[in-house]
Amino acid sequence: MTDLVTMRGIDKAFPGVRALKGAEFDLRPGEVHALMGENGAGKSTLMKILAGIYRQDAGEVLVGGQPVDLGSPRAAIAAGIGIIHQELILMPHLTAAQNILIGREPRKAGGLLLDEAALNAYAADVFRSMSLSIDPRALVGSFTIARQQMVEIAKALSFRSRILIMDEPTAALNDKEVGELFAIINRLKADGVGVVYISHKMDEIKRIADRVTVMRDGAYVGTVDAKETPISKIISMMVGREIDNEAPAAPDLSAAPVALDVRGLTRGSQVRDVSFAVKAGEILGFAGLMGAGRTEVARLIFGADKADAGEILLGGKRVEIGAPQDAVRHGIGYLSEDRKALGLATGLDVRNNIALASIPRFSKLFGVLDEQAMHAAANEYIEKLAIKTPSDRQPARLLSGGNQQKIVIAKWLLRDCKVLIFDEPTRGIDIGAKSEIYKLLNALAAEGKAIIVISSELPEVLRLSHRIAVMCEGRLTGFLPAGAPQEDIMRLATLRGNAGRNT
Amino acid sequence: MSDNVFASLIGKSQGAGGARYKLLAFGSLIILFAVFSLASPNFLQTSNILAILQATSVNGVLAIAATVVIITGGIDLSVGTLMTFCAVIAGVVLTFLGLPLPLGVAGAILAGAAAGFVTGNIVARLRIPPFIATLGMMLILKGLSLVISGTRPIYFNGTPGFTSISQGSIVGTVIPAVPVPNGVLVLFAVAIVISLVLTRTALGRYTFALGSNEEAVRLSGVNTQAWKVAVYTLAGAICGIAGLLIASRLNSAQPALGQGYELDAIAAVVIGGTSLAGGSGTILGTLIGALIISVLANGLRIMSVPQEWQTVITGTIIILAVYIDMLRNRNAS
Repeated sequence: MTDLVTMRGIDKAFPGVRALKGAEFDLRPGEVHALMGENGAGKSTLMKILAGIYRQDAGEVLVGGQPVDLGSPRAAIAAGIGIIHQELILMPHLTAAQNILIGREPRKAGGLLLDEAALNAYAADVFRSMSLSIDPRALVGSFTIARQQMVEIAKALSFRSRILIMDEPTAALNDKEVGELFAIINRLKADGVGVVYISHKMDEIKRIADRVTVMRDGAYVGTVDAKETPISKIISMMVGREIDNEAPAAPDLSAAPVALDVRGLTRGSQVRDVSFAVKAGEILGFAGLMGAGRTEVARLIFGADKADAGEILLGGKRVEIGAPQDAVRHGIGYLSEDRKALGLATGLDVRNNIALASIPRFSKLFGVLDEQAMHAAANEYIEKLAIKTPSDRQPARLLSGGNQQKIVIAKWLLRDCKVLIFDEPTRGIDIGAKSEIYKLLNALAAEGKAIIVISSELPEVLRLSHRIAVMCEGRLTGFLPAGAPQEDIMRLATLRGNAGRNT
Repeated sequence: MSDNVFASLIGKSQGAGGARYKLLAFGSLIILFAVFSLASPNFLQTSNILAILQATSVNGVLAIAATVVIITGGIDLSVGTLMTFCAVIAGVVLTFLGLPLPLGVAGAILAGAAAGFVTGNIVARLRIPPFIATLGMMLILKGLSLVISGTRPIYFNGTPGFTSISQGSIVGTVIPAVPVPNGVLVLFAVAIVISLVLTRTALGRYTFALGSNEEAVRLSGVNTQAWKVAVYTLAGAICGIAGLLIASRLNSAQPALGQGYELDAIAAVVIGGTSLAGGSGTILGTLIGALIISVLANGLRIMSVPQEWQTVITGTIIILAVYIDMLRNRNAS
């Protein structure tokens, strides 16, 4: 059987970076071929070449055994290649049908007018063939992320793609939605479509992939069978070294003072009567399904939203937190889920990002900033947290996800925060940088910081937490000790209460 | 058919929230009417209503041009001086060259389209942000108008039919009691045609798509640059029509006029509920926005409110309109 795709000896350089060095990849009909590697390994670049978004400097691409020139997205589409990008790219103001057929609208009146009826009928057909119940006339902006993803897939399939590239398709999906996505992928497989699946999540690879190709530093490392190869082997192929994945023993905190005490925190139906305490030196993990209200709790503590009821005590004293600046003044730092949108000023350099929450400290007469002191402070944390950057003047957006996360941590450390709330601290960060962040969190706890970690990845919660709080539908359903079995967490995470339904 | 046209005017396909907002803008217009007619018996007289409509025609057409560009996520600061430039070109064709009226009309519209084509290329191919590109074009066109005309008004006395483009009344010859000026008919015609273009044609679809997510359109294999140039070209042609209207009303091309008109046009667009972020908007909303501005000006004048205060009130309404728009978006999300 001819391979759908063969890529050989692909080189690609960007200004200052050699993104790909002799990369290889092949795809067979009816298989799910996972493409793995740390961030910056070149997976997305390789697939963007296949999708006609970038052009390779050297190397050849064969589709169905024939050499092809994929000079533009249009050429790739014509060659039967569809791509679903990591960040969904749809037009929210347009309907589902209009999104699917953008650029290929059926016409009437001699091509002068658009034929909306035909457009909607066509989209309805595509959805039906995928067993999806989506109204073609509904605005895409009103859809959940999962639904938007389905629209993207429908769009790719409507081009009769034989090759479908999915770049981290489950990043924003909950478990049920992941199940729906996998059902669709399985149907596509049965139809002979080849799927390239880029993901960091090992359990997904095990569930859905047939083969795994690993890349590292822009080069091909190897291709292995997905079902038979142990995860540890795949990880060591990715990082080229062994990873310390042992959970540290929970420290004895019986004598430690309570740093943060939250009582009866409530906001609408999102957060209902949540009470918990974190001791200095403790890492409290928050587990739960998406929408359980964990981020909402963090935002209430940080003053980003207003609570309907409840009180917050810091070091035993009740504090009023009406806005984030109150929280910062009281020594609470919040590292948001979406670093780029909320945590990091990507246009500013590393120095200014680190100093951002401590500007008054660096202000001299007439508000002139003491650049020397900022430089010294930034460098102290660059060294302390091992932030990889050419200098403290490097724009933050040019750093990798892991290093960006470290900058945000440095910002709050410089502010001398006693309570640090980490919301999805390793989202979009590769495995090597992940374990560094884990070490850093442990070190911070050992210094006596009280740390809250919110994570959707159960292994991460288990790996980090000294104690685990589980939420479901806005309520805190229970606490578990470090190393609790995953089943116990899932039981609490799905424990729907009969109380508190008085909306 | 009339139902369909109305549906495309309010742009039903572009979101229910938008329709609700349009209702709000329309409601505000009705309330203004009610207040002013109670305040002054002269307000509701046919002659005054026609004067309001006539006063809306130029700003309305310009605002439609601005709407098209704003839906793509851009902005056009050059609509005012482009209007003047087109009027001057009409003057060149009709008065300097002495050519017949249809050629003057064509010349003005083509000049607008050409200028829009240039702006579109600066935005789409040179990737200059629309704000800067159209700011530059605004000054270039202003200068060119002055240069071409020799800084003096060009009168259309040699072309007797020219004033009737805006001032005459085809309706009046049929129904003498309601002499709706031709300028108002032109405004409505432009509104209906552009509504249809926006809701029924590929150009319209890409106008919304570009404003919604340009990268998505590009990655779908659409030539986004060419379509963006087409949008600016269309907007330029509409400015040409506005140029004809204003020149016809003044029976002259006034080369120094024009700057400032773009702000009234953008104000009408914003009051009409078109988002400056792009991706949504309707022509009916813009029409209502332009009418609100004219009704305010007219009503306040009838009530003897000094013109300075009219400006203050218009400014307040713009901020209010955008604030309501933000509330609406917050509720929607």
